[in-house]
Amino acid sequence: MSGQTLFEKVWQDHLVVPETPDNPAVFYIDLHLIHEVTTPQAFDMLRERGLPVRRPDLTLATMDHSTPTVPVPSLGELDVVAEPAAAGQIRQMIVNCEEFGIDLLGFDSEHRGIVHVIGPELGATQPGKTIVCGDSHSSTHGAFGALAFGIGSTEVGHVLATQTLLQRQPKTMAVNIEGTLRPGVGAKDIVLALIGRIGVDGGVGHVLEYRGSTVRGLTMEQRMTVCNMTIEGGARAGMIAPDDTTVEYLAGRPRVPQGADWDAAVTRWLALPSDDDAVFDLELNLNVSDLDPQVTFGTNPGMVVPVTGQVPADTGDLSFRKALDYMGLAAGQPMLGTPVDVVFVGSCTNSRLSDLRETASVLQGRRVADNVRMLVVPGSQAVKQQAEAEGLHEVFQAAGAEWREAGCSMCLGMNGDVVPPGKLCVSTSNRNFEGRQGVGARTVLASPQTAAAAAVAGEIADPRALLNH
Amino acid sequence: MEKITRITSRTIVLPQSDIDTDQIMPARYLTTTNKEGLGDAAFADWRYDDQGQPIADFPLNAPGAQACQVLVAGNNFGCGSSREHAPWGLVDFGFRAVISTRIADIFRNNSLKNGLVPVIVSADVHETLLANPGAEVTVDVDSRTLTLPDGSRVEFPLDGFSRHCLMEGIDQLGYLLSQAGAIAEFEQDRPLQP
Repeated sequence: MSGQTLFEKVWQDHLVVPETPDNPAVFYIDLHLIHEVTTPQAFDMLRERGLPVRRPDLTLATMDHSTPTVPVPSLGELDVVAEPAAAGQIRQMIVNCEEFGIDLLGFDSEHRGIVHVIGPELGATQPGKTIVCGDSHSSTHGAFGALAFGIGSTEVGHVLATQTLLQRQPKTMAVNIEGTLRPGVGAKDIVLALIGRIGVDGGVGHVLEYRGSTVRGLTMEQRMTVCNMTIEGGARAGMIAPDDTTVEYLAGRPRVPQGADWDAAVTRWLALPSDDDAVFDLELNLNVSDLDPQVTFGTNPGMVVPVTGQVPADTGDLSFRKALDYMGLAAGQPMLGTPVDVVFVGSCTNSRLSDLRETASVLQGRRVADNVRMLVVPGSQAVKQQAEAEGLHEVFQAAGAEWREAGCSMCLGMNGDVVPPGKLCVSTSNRNFEGRQGVGARTVLASPQTAAAAAVAGEIADPRALLNH
Repeated sequence: MEKITRITSRTIVLPQSDIDTDQIMPARYLTTTNKEGLGDAAFADWRYDDQGQPIADFPLNAPGAQACQVLVAGNNFGCGSSREHAPWGLVDFGFRAVISTRIADIFRNNSLKNGLVPVIVSADVHETLLANPGAEVTVDVDSRTLTLPDGSRVEFPLDGFSRHCLMEGIDQLGYLLSQAGAIAEFEQDRPLQP
């Protein structure tokens, strides 16, 4: 018998009732992350049946999607800075958490932030855990060797009520990444190139494990960027085996085990990596030594080219043509030099301290072009504080960028931070779908450095030209 | 959830591939705290012009469209965001089944919980259906078959548990609650910190 993959070890460890040909498995969830947008209907489901939340202690609640990124001095003033529907949803979240006994990291908490940024930051995200959230970018937490995936609101209700889900075992895919990244190329470029290769449906039905020397060399924040966008390749989840980098990141964080429990946890975590003789259903190899910074040209994250490349030739495909028409780009056109109206640095993909440092390294001593609006939105209030302690906000503001409070912001434009119709935004977020950042908005996905370079140039630019100055 | 055994209906065809849930239900409609009225918002950015008026040649605006219960979509339907507002909107519009060559995992899970049958077909069958909007098909949950306009039948994958839940209109929460004993036992051996 062959050994087990990381995924299989975590899967096996959470089977309350194993699956049979007739019935799916009853699968235990260690950590349930909740936010204001995908939970109201789930709490109603509990109310209708008179059910309590089974494990409020395993539920981590915050507000991020529809929250303003300007300061909210008090809840009474929420209506001044938020749309009425968004304000109503935020108030409902406060009521729901109070009624069901869940601690909410709300506007008064220094820990509030994007749910996928604060889970790791607090040390609540740990290797070997099962983690779900009513949000597809739950895949982020797989960077720690957790099995983490997005669920719908009905399933949010299932977890609130029972701490379990009904699940069928997915298949596994190894993504072996080798090679040394060149300067100016980062984790975002790796994952964009991967999605460009497998397409937005390449991972359907599979849990990916990112492996190889390149992955081992990535920091935890870089690993989170890679795992975060796993869902954009259609995969159920993405995972990276825990190692010393993982343990170092978690050490001393508020919610990790303490004392002897910490030592026991570390021993358990470091036994999780896939066995040498483990077999994956699929394997894929990616060499990143020659990788250039990547950008999207179309309306899904699989429509990717190097920043120095061109929009591909017209294949006659309906969806391809519709995408180019929406983006206002022509087949064969170079990406460099495409005029830019807005630049957004933020989102659960790229809003952590290292992302902000990279952005600042390009903006330092430069100005955002006159015709460009640039928004920098930290992933959490803690990231905001750290960035300000380093003076990064001064670099952004001196360059002419807006520096905001934490939240999802312009990634999905639910909170009023939107890109106007027909305008082009270079964004460090994860989705370039039609209308994602506002009705008629055009999105080009890129790394923080590529986004910052676009802000300075006022057009899509190669960030490597601005490094080491 | 209403019971679904068999759906016979004309189809609506949206041939684009990779239709994501942001198209099915744009984010600005997600500030709702209930499920009502989302059918009017389904495909809003493809369905209405910038004045909010229906775009005449969009298939969901065609006369009789709301009587169509089967949506045929291009390859890989429902990718992207996990928002259950997407299937809520499709069901509220009147759809009971969606047919494609591939359906995204989270969307598929959400659909099964809301009485929207995900039907996966081969590229050949898909091509035929895409080329014949308005054709009548039958989705039979009981026999897990799709009857095509020419009367031929093809099978589609649907696990026994999902089939049972659709046919009986069963909410899966009841099943999970019945496992409370096993869950409590599991938790006893598993001291956890949040």
